[in-house]
Amino acid sequence: MAEITEDIKVAENIVHKKSSVLTDKVMHYCPGCSHGVVHKLLAEVIEEMGIQDKTIGVAPVGCSVFIYNYLAIDWQEAAHGRAPALGTAISRLRPDRYVVTYQGDGDLAAIGTAETIHACNRGENMVMIFINNGIYGMTGGQMAPTTLEGMKASTCPFGRDPKTDGNPLKITEIVAQLPGTNFVTRQAVHTAAAVRRTKKAIRKAFEKQKDKTGTSFVEVVSTCNSGWKMNPVDSNNWMEENMFPFYPLGDIKDV
Amino acid sequence: MKGNEAIAEAAIRCGADGYFGYPITPQSEVMEKLMELQPWNSTGMVVLQAESETASINMLYGGAGCGKRVMTSSSSPGISLMQEGLSYMAGAELPCLVVNVVRGGPGLGTIQPSQSDYFQSVKGGGHGDYKLIVLAPASVQEMADFVELGFDLAFKYRNPAMILSDGMIGQMMEKVELKPQQKRWTDEEVAQMHPWATTGKPESRDYNIITSVELDSEAHEKFNHRLQVKYRELEEKEVRFETTDVDDADYLIVAYGSSARISAAAIEILREKGIKVGLLRPITLYPFPTKEIQRLGAKMKGILSVEMSSGQMVEDVRLAVEGKVKVEHFGRYGGVVHSPDEVAEALEQKLIGG
Ligand SMILES: Cc1ncc(C[n+]2csc(CCOP(=O)(O)OP(=O)(O)O)c2C)c(N)n1
Repeated sequence: MAEITEDIKVAENIVHKKSSVLTDKVMHYCPGCSHGVVHKLLAEVIEEMGIQDKTIGVAPVGCSVFIYNYLAIDWQEAAHGRAPALGTAISRLRPDRYVVTYQGDGDLAAIGTAETIHACNRGENMVMIFINNGIYGMTGGQMAPTTLEGMKASTCPFGRDPKTDGNPLKITEIVAQLPGTNFVTRQAVHTAAAVRRTKKAIRKAFEKQKDKTGTSFVEVVSTCNSGWKMNPVDSNNWMEENMFPFYPLGDIKDV
Repeated sequence: MKGNEAIAEAAIRCGADGYFGYPITPQSEVMEKLMELQPWNSTGMVVLQAESETASINMLYGGAGCGKRVMTSSSSPGISLMQEGLSYMAGAELPCLVVNVVRGGPGLGTIQPSQSDYFQSVKGGGHGDYKLIVLAPASVQEMADFVELGFDLAFKYRNPAMILSDGMIGQMMEKVELKPQQKRWTDEEVAQMHPWATTGKPESRDYNIITSVELDSEAHEKFNHRLQVKYRELEEKEVRFETTDVDDADYLIVAYGSSARISAAAIEILREKGIKVGLLRPITLYPFPTKEIQRLGAKMKGILSVEMSSGQMVEDVRLAVEGKVKVEHFGRYGGVVHSPDEVAEALEQKLIGG
């Protein structure tokens, strides 16, 4: 048996391998969480473009605060919502580097809205990855700016009521209207095909950075099994049925 | 030139890499001067008007994280907005320079000079156990000189430094001698001098992380111990102050910045009357000249802490002499500047007349 295993371990048989940019640390994410998948895609794009030594990442406050444990690139961990401000300075002071911020919806679209809008409006040269799971994962499932109407969260236990809780925010559509963005897309990672499309989108966002023509913004509509209180399969179904109609997938802007 | 303009000139000349700021009176001339001088054409220095002070301080975090010499300037309400960022920078051990041209508070307050941000500056200001290195200029020349000193100390100790000025020194015109232009550090120099910086991970080293989070409380206590060791070293090595007329003095005035200048004039008035008063001017407010105040205090009949606040530094002066000498406070505040006569009269009333 061992011989056979060794036998088939040849280059032409390898269809998938772990990216060399990923570290060996075990991820802390819940089963079914989208963060891990997007981390992997980001690592693969950085490896395939050969830019591990030229990329500086900015981590948020949120479930992905420890993204720096998983991708072997230089990282800065920002205060809640401020990643685009850090990214602005990094990209201006190191224009020879790729800058990537990675943020959740609370981080990017609530507490950090001003930094998001202004960095995108100035067209700071960076890739912004936005994980929209419609909830505050890290703090235990409170309402997010992107929580859907009627969707339950611990701070809207009877479902979000726009009359009292306000409306869900389509920050990505807003960002697409700003002259500083050169590529704005919304993707998901719930199926193999979707994962491939998201990887392509992240790759494109990084490629766009070569011309220094502004901010490249990739939203990934995501699940949060713990926050939504659903198993991974139900979460994916719920996301397709409820999140996608309000947050439709596809490119929003490409200039 | 104006104190605020001297900050801008000195920043370019000392080879600063970036300035990020948001307009607020009485310090907007700093960014206005920088924009007028266009250092991006000469030294390559980046100057950016941010969307808020929250953004400015976080831009400093990003720049400092890359090992760059970055600075901002603001006045009291803007500095309040920066406190979270400053705490993060102290926690991530990032060097930067923040200039506070203080105005009267609380709230939106007044645009007139004040020294009421002393507590916020020297006791931390944001959350957690940390300190800023705080320099208090008393002239336009010192506004210029402390830019480089602030950067040097910030990088030596990997800690944010602050120039705690006030509206009077920011707006005042004086002659200044500026240093010749120094080169900015190259990216290669930065990578060599600051191996902790996020400059892009080369093959030759592990990847760098700039962070202030540590969920293991034992490990976090250890980190906090390390910060405290740094602060003890600062207190040991970096205390700066100036004394005048203290040798024969019966009374001591402790005052910094504008109040030190006003107090010097008050001392002349008092000495003409035969009252022997000396001046101790703290140049570093953190680390505070505790030992010197203690030493001098032992010979004095009384100490007056003169500050444009309701009495903030006076607490540290009292702590320094540990009740052995009478310590009183005098100061106008809320944007009002005291006159030398008022200071002289206060000293007589509070330390002699009573
Ligand atoms: C200034 C500040 N306010 C609040 C918090 C608490 N907090 C931490 S993470 C978080 C929400 C994160 O949600 P999101 O950005 O959607 O990311 P997720 O955890 O869902 O990935 C909050 C409110 C904080 N750390 N700092």
